[in-house]
Amino acid sequence: MSDLYRVEALRLSLPDMTRKPLFGAAPRIEILKGMSFAIPRGQVLGIVGGSGSGKSTLGRALVRLLEPSSGRVTFDGTDLTHLSEPALRPLRHRFQMIFQDPMSSLNPRMSVARIIAAPLSLHGRANPRAEALDALERVGLPRSFGARYPHELSGGQRQRVGIARAIALRPDFILADEIVSGLDVSSQAQVLSILRDLVREMNLTLAFISHDLSVIRRLCDRVLVLHQGEIVEDAACETLFAAPQAAYTRELLEAIPEPDPKKPWFQRAS
Amino acid sequence: MSFLKIRDLSVILRGTNHRLLRGVSLDVGATEVMGLVGESGAGKSMIGKAVLGILPRSARIVGGSIELDGVDLLTLPPRQRRHLIGQKAALIPQDPLTALNPARRIGPQISDRLVDILGWDKARARARAEEILHDVHIPQPDRVLRAYPHELSGGMRQRVLIASAFAAEPRLIVADEPTTALDVTVQKQILKLIFEMQARHGTALLFVTHDLGVVSKICQRLTVLYGGLVMEEAEVGAFFEAPRHAYSRALLAATPRHTDPTADLTPVPEAVIAEARRAVAEADQRWHA
Repeated sequence: MSDLYRVEALRLSLPDMTRKPLFGAAPRIEILKGMSFAIPRGQVLGIVGGSGSGKSTLGRALVRLLEPSSGRVTFDGTDLTHLSEPALRPLRHRFQMIFQDPMSSLNPRMSVARIIAAPLSLHGRANPRAEALDALERVGLPRSFGARYPHELSGGQRQRVGIARAIALRPDFILADEIVSGLDVSSQAQVLSILRDLVREMNLTLAFISHDLSVIRRLCDRVLVLHQGEIVEDAACETLFAAPQAAYTRELLEAIPEPDPKKPWFQRAS
Repeated sequence: MSFLKIRDLSVILRGTNHRLLRGVSLDVGATEVMGLVGESGAGKSMIGKAVLGILPRSARIVGGSIELDGVDLLTLPPRQRRHLIGQKAALIPQDPLTALNPARRIGPQISDRLVDILGWDKARARARAEEILHDVHIPQPDRVLRAYPHELSGGMRQRVLIASAFAAEPRLIVADEPTTALDVTVQKQILKLIFEMQARHGTALLFVTHDLGVVSKICQRLTVLYGGLVMEEAEVGAFFEAPRHAYSRALLAATPRHTDPTADLTPVPEAVIAEARRAVAEADQRWHA
């Protein structure tokens, strides 16, 4: 069986708190409107879309931080869709997540080594600290960084700590949710190249959520384009960039300002 | 003739002799669009804030001059300085949600400054607010004037702030990463709007951004900063053809190009950063001497 994930007719709705009456339940708003796709083992899948397209919600449903309303999410043959938290726990080390903002996802009071070791000890590993320092090395940071605190690191270094925490458990799957959107271009290039190497070395399957198609092109094998809770295009990366099918994909592509003043982008009003 | 003329501007972190801006000089022509680029911490926003007199309390100007329309702002008494800046310059801020007061309607947030700075009466200021919302293509401006910020989408809020910046017909606008918080498709609409307004009003524009892609599309010249020091100042055409400074070249190489399947992203090499740091250290040595 070569598909790590299978997603069938996935729907997810959440309470719309902006329209909640004073008493009683909030009306539900449908975020994911029926999505089906599979992620083969070893693939780097890009998930792209504008804000509100449901890309983060989809990611969170994959790692079961959110419970789908209907449909099915199968991970390596196990149906995760409505699995209870105790039943999920023994599986959790196999799918990990890297968050967008390392400042809010890394505990400021914990040293880097403790941050990375925390999930390791939670999952009962024998030597969490040693494994944590190994993970640091894998993301290209010196072991001595284990003693530092998040505020002592640059944005790019912090994001690498987030990656180290995710890979320390040696998962099969990693979900990276907008992990380079807060970074400078130079750190962004660095984080992307580290991620690409790790995917190869550790045989990872990766879902990479981004609003930026130019970043996706550097990393992904295949791309899902989401728009208003639906998949509007599902294509191999090269195909998508060479011949985008959906109108929304073309709109996204045309909106990216490429660093070249000679390529027309919009006509300056004169 | 440049409308904004900054010479040898130095800003320190108050209570230290650590410089945040290290002798920055730049000129922006009367109808020119100047891009200010650099990584975070390079001091690009700091320059815009110094010009508008809205530096945080922790920062202090210790040297240099900022001439706006031929008048050195730093020699004026505070009241006169604020008055002059208010009349001649305006800001398009980064985050449209924090820049608008959530408890007040849009209308007065635009018209207040017209009353305060230009001394207009309320009716005239309100009419102008409605007119300028119409100019930024907001449908039903009278409804938006009565709305609260939370009732508008992110793109709509940014339109309101653009309208507000242009309302008093300033001669210079500082745009501080005005589209960083927006989607690419909305970003394009907003940039288009800013440049349509800039061209129509003939305003000078200082455009602060970390995105060289955006600079290549909208600016005539750009200044590249590292560590509060100007690395390079160039015409946009020449710059994207062949940046002169090693740091600029490295920055450009790290910027993604989605249409080129072969181009890979290279982080700024250590050697280039070391060289830029050396330039910063040398500038500090000269300054302290």
